[in-house]
Amino acid sequence: MSNETRKPPKGPMGGHGPMGGGAPVEKAKDFKGTMIQLLKYLSSAKWLMVVAFIFAIGSTIFIVVGPDILGTATTEVANGLMNKATTGVGIDFDKIFDIIMFLVGLYLVSAIFQYVQGFIMATISQNLAYRLRKDLSAKMDRLPLSYFDKTSQGDVLSRVTNDIDLIGQSLNQSLAQVITSIVQVIGIAIMMLKISWVMSIVAFCVLPVSGVLMIAITKRSQKYFISQQRSLGFVNGHVEEMYGGHTIVKAFNGEEDSLEKFSEYNEQLYNSAWKSQFLSGLMQPITQFIGNIGYVFVVLVGGILASHGEISVFGLVFTGVGVTIGNIQSFIQYVRMFNQPIAQAAQIMNMLQSTAAASERVFEFLNEKEEEPEIANPVDIHDENGKVTVQGTVAFEDVRFGYTPDKIVIKHFSMFIKDGQKVAIVGPTGAGKTTIVKLLMRFYELNSGTIYVGGHDIKDYRRSDLRSLFGMVLQDAWLFNGSVKENLRYSRLNATDEEVYEAAKTAHVDHFIKTLEHGYDTELNEETSNISQGQKQLLTIARAFLADPKVLILDEATSNVDTRTEVLIQKGMDELMKGRTSFIIAHRLSTIRNADIILVMNEGDIVEVGDHDELLARGGFYANLYNSQFSEEEE
Amino acid sequence: MLRVITKYLKKFWLGMICVVALLYGQAQCELALPDYMSDIVSTGIQSSGIEHGVPEIISKETMDKVTIFMSDDEKTLVSDSYRYTNSSESKKLPYEISDKVLKNGVYVLKDSDKVESKKLEDAFSAPLLLVSGIDSAIKGDQATTDENMKKMMESLPAGVDPYMVMKSMPQKEIQEMRNSITEKLETYGSSSAGIAAASSVKSEYIKLGIDTGSIQTAYIWNVGLMMLTIALGGVLCAIIVGYFSSRIAAGVSRNMRKDTFEKVESFSSTEFNKFSTASLITRTTNDIQQIQMVLVMALRFVIYSPIMGVGAIIRVMDSDGSMIWIIASTVILLMLVISVLMAVVGPKFKSMQKLVDKLNLVMREQLSGMLVIRAFHNEEEESKRFEDANNNMRKTQLFTGRSMALMMPIIMLIMNGTSLLIIWVGSHQIDLGTMQVGDMMAYMQYAMQIIMSFMFIAMISIMIPRAGVAAKRVFEVLDTPLSIANPTTSEEPSGHGHIAFKDVSFRYPGAEEDVLTDINFEAHPGETTAFIGSTGSGKSTIINLVPRFFDVSGGSVEVDGVDVRKMTQHDLRDKIGLVPQKGQLFAGTIASNIKYSDENMSDERMKEAAEIAQATEFIDSKPEGYDTPIAQGGTNVSGGQKQRLSIARAIAKQPEIFIFDDSFSALDFKTDAKLREALNKLCAKTHSTMLVVAQRVSSIMHADQIIVLDEGRMVGKGTHSELLKNCPVYQEIAYSQLSKEELENE
Repeated sequence: MSNETRKPPKGPMGGHGPMGGGAPVEKAKDFKGTMIQLLKYLSSAKWLMVVAFIFAIGSTIFIVVGPDILGTATTEVANGLMNKATTGVGIDFDKIFDIIMFLVGLYLVSAIFQYVQGFIMATISQNLAYRLRKDLSAKMDRLPLSYFDKTSQGDVLSRVTNDIDLIGQSLNQSLAQVITSIVQVIGIAIMMLKISWVMSIVAFCVLPVSGVLMIAITKRSQKYFISQQRSLGFVNGHVEEMYGGHTIVKAFNGEEDSLEKFSEYNEQLYNSAWKSQFLSGLMQPITQFIGNIGYVFVVLVGGILASHGEISVFGLVFTGVGVTIGNIQSFIQYVRMFNQPIAQAAQIMNMLQSTAAASERVFEFLNEKEEEPEIANPVDIHDENGKVTVQGTVAFEDVRFGYTPDKIVIKHFSMFIKDGQKVAIVGPTGAGKTTIVKLLMRFYELNSGTIYVGGHDIKDYRRSDLRSLFGMVLQDAWLFNGSVKENLRYSRLNATDEEVYEAAKTAHVDHFIKTLEHGYDTELNEETSNISQGQKQLLTIARAFLADPKVLILDEATSNVDTRTEVLIQKGMDELMKGRTSFIIAHRLSTIRNADIILVMNEGDIVEVGDHDELLARGGFYANLYNSQFSEEEE
Repeated sequence: MLRVITKYLKKFWLGMICVVALLYGQAQCELALPDYMSDIVSTGIQSSGIEHGVPEIISKETMDKVTIFMSDDEKTLVSDSYRYTNSSESKKLPYEISDKVLKNGVYVLKDSDKVESKKLEDAFSAPLLLVSGIDSAIKGDQATTDENMKKMMESLPAGVDPYMVMKSMPQKEIQEMRNSITEKLETYGSSSAGIAAASSVKSEYIKLGIDTGSIQTAYIWNVGLMMLTIALGGVLCAIIVGYFSSRIAAGVSRNMRKDTFEKVESFSSTEFNKFSTASLITRTTNDIQQIQMVLVMALRFVIYSPIMGVGAIIRVMDSDGSMIWIIASTVILLMLVISVLMAVVGPKFKSMQKLVDKLNLVMREQLSGMLVIRAFHNEEEESKRFEDANNNMRKTQLFTGRSMALMMPIIMLIMNGTSLLIIWVGSHQIDLGTMQVGDMMAYMQYAMQIIMSFMFIAMISIMIPRAGVAAKRVFEVLDTPLSIANPTTSEEPSGHGHIAFKDVSFRYPGAEEDVLTDINFEAHPGETTAFIGSTGSGKSTIINLVPRFFDVSGGSVEVDGVDVRKMTQHDLRDKIGLVPQKGQLFAGTIASNIKYSDENMSDERMKEAAEIAQATEFIDSKPEGYDTPIAQGGTNVSGGQKQRLSIARAIAKQPEIFIFDDSFSALDFKTDAKLREALNKLCAKTHSTMLVVAQRVSSIMHADQIIVLDEGRMVGKGTHSELLKNCPVYQEIAYSQLSKEELENE
């Protein structure tokens, strides 16, 4: 994934613009269960969370009380004015000053509380994200390789980054927001009722209308969002395909067709885009309007109450004695504040939903079945001096294996390979030639049967010991973002520099490394693209040399390698094979002919076993394969 | 971003005008509300719904008393404006009055619009106050009577009507009494004086027995309904704005997307290489999508916020400009806080992206290298690497998270502080009488609106540069000049695919060295010309020059005797059947892919092509045969199958020239051999020219002509056996791939 294709980062305001409303969110299959699991994960920060909640509640209460007190100041001013007209006494500034100073204190405390809460929640959520990432990474090491056959890299990667990021972010925002919203709604309701229950009823009546409208709009806009998503998918798909196959489009004069198709998708996208945009954009003005209606009614009813002490609606008389001008002002503020958490409710619910969905994916990964545990008393592969004592003999005994239980690819396979023998694995592309290799190193568990290495069942070794017996040079030469030397030393972390250089020389790569700008200290870049494929392969050969393995696994395929490097690679491989038991995924005829045993594979199955002459004489799959390759020579 | 406006928004100018006009309307509606609230508080509640100091109806008795204190001019003004009545033609009275009161006679304002007359108000306000003062003094109401008035009353003999006395008093003394009241009123300040005037009108109404309570209620309802209407107007404006802005934004992005796609489709490989495919995809999709998002925001809020802000400022200045400094300092303080915070946190946000990339990289490496990591048992080492990246990220996130937690409390504190300051300063203004309580309340709301506008502008100013980057990237594509264009006058080649390279040299634009130098060869119909050489020797470049994916830097490429630059690209490519290195398929079915060159081609032709491409076996094994769906990018078929289908596609085109760019790499030996045999047969029949790039010597051994390339130069040309004898580079390649005996097998 390059920078280019990454989604744009969210804005500093959390990316929920005013037109975010109505976009469909992914839902978790088991919302409650996942949330409980998430809370359990948070249990170590339990008390810290309680503290944060207390501060959240505290700050909200102060904020809620504020307008009421501010209202008394206004009333004081209004009363003072009336008095002045009649008695000439005027406004009591001392009292107003006291009220204001009290409020300054209140707001200050509230701000501090809010910050403490924010600080704690940021800490909790970031630490949680950190822990989840760490656990996920650790879990990755314990999962059997078979898991990664059915899961794409991108999937795992997105769990580690996107999903955990989302969890962290929403914990930071939503969790505290849920609490403060609830406190705010309750607190404001109490304050409003305290001031005047008649006015409160007016304010409360407006809310359900707002809610119903909101749901109606959301439902409708969601439809268009989904169709927008679909059209966007079509447009993106077409763009990707046409750009990806640009030369083909050009070579076959397909531009016009392509444009026509694009215009069609583009028009579809336009239609659904503006509709979804428009509908979701309705949300904000409509809530504002409803808020304004509340505002007007509060002013209206409040005004009448303040002057008459009662109001009659359809003949019913409501009394609201003692409503002051300050009350109206406070009420206006309360109505506005009251609308806020309710307008946000949908957004918070969405956030929680997607958090649950993300957590579910993360926990799903964490709960995945792990590799079989190591045996209790493993065979030791070293003698007292730390020398490896195990021989390079390999035996398969009635091995049965399938990547999935319903598709067994290796049945009743038995074979004995003496120390130092060469085994060539041949077969067409996609025949599953690496299966045997993966079984040998116990990346997969057998369905039945036993594999012996050095006379012991491979299950009797510690996995790490078993794998240290093998050296591997695969076609897909894996190197990491680090120096050349670090990459070579990767097979034996405690190797000295001299040993590293020696291995490089034996693998015929020393010369190439020295031509690099910084020699052995040259940094491979992030895509390890600053050296060629062939050079990478040479480095992996050197890496295998350094490990000095008993058994060697080689993949001869050298596609995308220029011919001169290929010569070097083959020299290196030949050198490496000397005196070691080797399994070679063979492409060269000379290798195949010289092999002690040839395993012929097709469609995952071992179809034939034997040496070159035997197999040719048998006239089966191998003979066919061999003859077809060189048929022209015999013409 | 500016060019998005000039180039794309221009087409929507009518919609844009509507948007601006409607946003203006919406802002005006939004701004009017606090004003009306102020009216309800000041007039509705404090002045009992009586807006003016001019009575619409007044009793004869009061009128007589009041006129004592008026100048002659005022007297004529008043007598002109009012009519006298005492009969029950009460229908024409503004308020209901009992007959008993009416009998004593009342004066009615002739023209009800005159209540707003400033002259009349000036004529009435002081005399009315005087009269009510004297009246309460007569009643002996101690509390409300001031000292001057009391003294005057005491000086009169008991039982004498003070008004009778005053009537006979000299004009000068009357004027003095009036002046004293006017002076007193002036100390109240204009707004309080208004309240005082209204309240004296109210007391006159009460005397007349008018239900002042219902006047008040009616006033409040009226204003309330007005507010509702305005709110409705506001929401309607907002909705229509939403409609226009969504259409405009989606329309702009549609047009941009179309232009970009069209442009990219006309690109040659040179331009493609310049941008990279992934980048072009992002530019056409994500970048434009992002511009659309910002455009919606911009259309609604970038225009709205300033209108709102300026509107609020105007209203604030209108009612009382002296408190503007509170709002100004709040805005400055807020901007300061936000920019300081951003200056501290911003760089960390930027470095965060790098940390995320690092974390991703480590994770990706661990996933792709899982086999190797486990084989070398380096899980712990990898954990350490991950831990480093993870911990760095945590540290930065903690810092940014904790810093951002400061933002909201500070903003809230500043806003609340502003309210408090407005009340404190406002209450003094009210005391001075220069402001009404309702005004102060409205002021607080305006202040919030102004501050919010500024905050919004600040927020958007963070977003716009981001869209600007996206727009810049899109325009980079749109502005790229095409390196390959059709000739103005084209020649039509006639022939059967004869190709000639004459002294061709080629270098990539901007490169320092030639990729190809002095290439000279001819490829004849019915013959196979093969290219071999190590990676980077330029063999793929050569064949890309034939369909004119690139233009030569020197020399010429001729097809059927015509320079490829002198014919249309369409004509040229009609002659060519290209098979790329990676089998590139399109979404659809197997049939639609093979028939890509001509969707109307017959099924026989398609099947024949599949047969030659050795694809029938696997196509027939699929239950849906040729109708088997192909996923986007052909992900649901294997590499070998993809290659065979793309070969079939080229064969089905029945071209004069075949180009195979290492097209057999994913095929196994057996299929490779069969395919080449069938192709040779086809060529012998159709007499097509074949150009083949290969890695394996074995696949080109039998070509009529092999061209050996090394570092962009031709180092050998001839048949296999010729080259084996005289071309060292070819020998080197051949020996590395084939054993001696295989070669001798020849």
